[in-house]
Amino acid sequence: MTITTTEAPAPARTRTRPRRTGGKGGQALRTVGVYAVAVLLGLGVWQLVAVKYGPSLVASPSQTLSAARELAADGTLGNSVIASSRRILIGWGLGVVVGAPVGLLIGQIRIVRLLLEPYTEFFRFIPPVAFVTLAVVWLGIGESSKVVLIFYTAVFIVTLNTSAGVMAVDESKLRAAASLGASRRQILQRVVLPSTVPYILTGARLAMGNSFLTIVSAEIVAAQVGLGSLIWTSRNYGRIDWVFVGIITLGVLGLVYDRILRVIATRVLHKYGAKV
Amino acid sequence: MTEAIKGIEKETVPGEGAVAATTVAVARTPTEPAAGRGAALRVEGAGISFGDFRAVQGIDLDIPAGEFLCLLGPSGCGKSTLLSAMAGFIQVSEGTLTAGGAPVRGPDPELGMVFQSSEVLFDWMTVHQNVTFGPRMRGVSRVEQNRVADEFLGLVGLRHCADRYPGQLSGGMRQRVQIARVLANEPGVVLMDEPFGALDAQTRQVLQQETARIWEASGCTVVFVTHDIDEAILLADRVAVMTAGPAASIKSLYTVDLPRPRDESDPAALRLRSRLREDIGEEVRKAMRDQGLDDRLDREAKGA
Repeated sequence: MTITTTEAPAPARTRTRPRRTGGKGGQALRTVGVYAVAVLLGLGVWQLVAVKYGPSLVASPSQTLSAARELAADGTLGNSVIASSRRILIGWGLGVVVGAPVGLLIGQIRIVRLLLEPYTEFFRFIPPVAFVTLAVVWLGIGESSKVVLIFYTAVFIVTLNTSAGVMAVDESKLRAAASLGASRRQILQRVVLPSTVPYILTGARLAMGNSFLTIVSAEIVAAQVGLGSLIWTSRNYGRIDWVFVGIITLGVLGLVYDRILRVIATRVLHKYGAKV
Repeated sequence: MTEAIKGIEKETVPGEGAVAATTVAVARTPTEPAAGRGAALRVEGAGISFGDFRAVQGIDLDIPAGEFLCLLGPSGCGKSTLLSAMAGFIQVSEGTLTAGGAPVRGPDPELGMVFQSSEVLFDWMTVHQNVTFGPRMRGVSRVEQNRVADEFLGLVGLRHCADRYPGQLSGGMRQRVQIARVLANEPGVVLMDEPFGALDAQTRQVLQQETARIWEASGCTVVFVTHDIDEAILLADRVAVMTAGPAASIKSLYTVDLPRPRDESDPAALRLRSRLREDIGEEVRKAMRDQGLDDRLDREAKGA
């Protein structure tokens, strides 16, 4: 019987990690092309609808564009974007920073789960809009009421996703870590947290989307600047085209933030299996 | 009750429920106990239940330090459950279970476990980081970690893969990483739960030969769960055949007194093979009569 040599020569690079962008220029170009066609078609439909119903109901793409120029020129648009972004990023950031550890503890420690579950299960059915009035009454019309509402929006989504991620960690991975001598704390840090990263990320993305929902309602009541406030005050002036600018800016902003999040995730968290 | 066929000794275990520990005299001193750091495992009258469900019962096994014992049995018989108890993942409901004289109370780096699925590797760590996980948790120096990684990756022939991630390796390579990761902790007992069950026949054969070589070099005690008779003959000092579950027990114990490396075509090996087939076949038929028996036990033991 031959003796098997163990130090086998290094096999040729058989499996390299598949890269999405790798060497497919033609395909990428085609993707961009199809996106462009879709956007142009949408603009066409929008134009048709605008022509049919007139500028008092629907602002056409060109009217919206000139309204955007107008708002940008006097600084309203820029200030609104900055004000809303600030509120969203602070509230959402706090939501992720608090929600992820709380979710980890809920998933990992039974007593914490039992103590907090009644609240997470209760409050997740109450939409942030329901708290707008209370937030203003309690926290005033300043920044804090909006930031707190965004935080409220984000924190439950991140917490629930994170704890679901903890529960989904392969039990045998935990056993393996324990039998390799890791303490409970080490298992939480070195195994549970890294395994949960994709779930935290999904939670963060969902929370970002919902923060955009909340920001509009948060800015309905008593906000001087912000995209939500822009949309609501435009109504008072009868400026449908400004409303359109506000809505489209919200959409573009959300898209940009989500993209940034995805890029960071794929670059930095790639090895944790973050697939977005 | 010892029937002596050339090279094979069979010792039939007294019927289930018998409390008397059957201590089989080791017919063979382990060939060149290299490091000699194995720990003895002793199971006395052990039973494991999940609620009302009795998985295994009346298990008596005395595994001397440095022995390679194969637990052989039909699927669902509770082999993995018993192994999980030896690893400290679950507690025995009755009887005692000791390793190196001390009762097994929970997972312990002294009791290394190689799982069937290589999913237990940490995908976000490189092969090097996986292998040094145990030493790192104990806080050993970086220099020592590198030495350990070098030694044990060398042992399984994966030094060139140190910087890769598990997801970039084949199934066989991943299992070798798992073995290296367990051995890097220098455990006295290595428990292996059908580690090659999911691999193709060729890879399996290579890894079986490597396992025999690594075991001889390391001197640790090995309990190896399998349902593959040839694998058991190739690797084991002794083979414990389990009865079909539920409430499974040890049916018989064979001492495989054949020279290593094992030659499968040795007439004694062939005789042992047919004996084992007979034993297992009996149990499989019994299991099939009790319908509704699937892999439930094994799955429970793995915490799936």
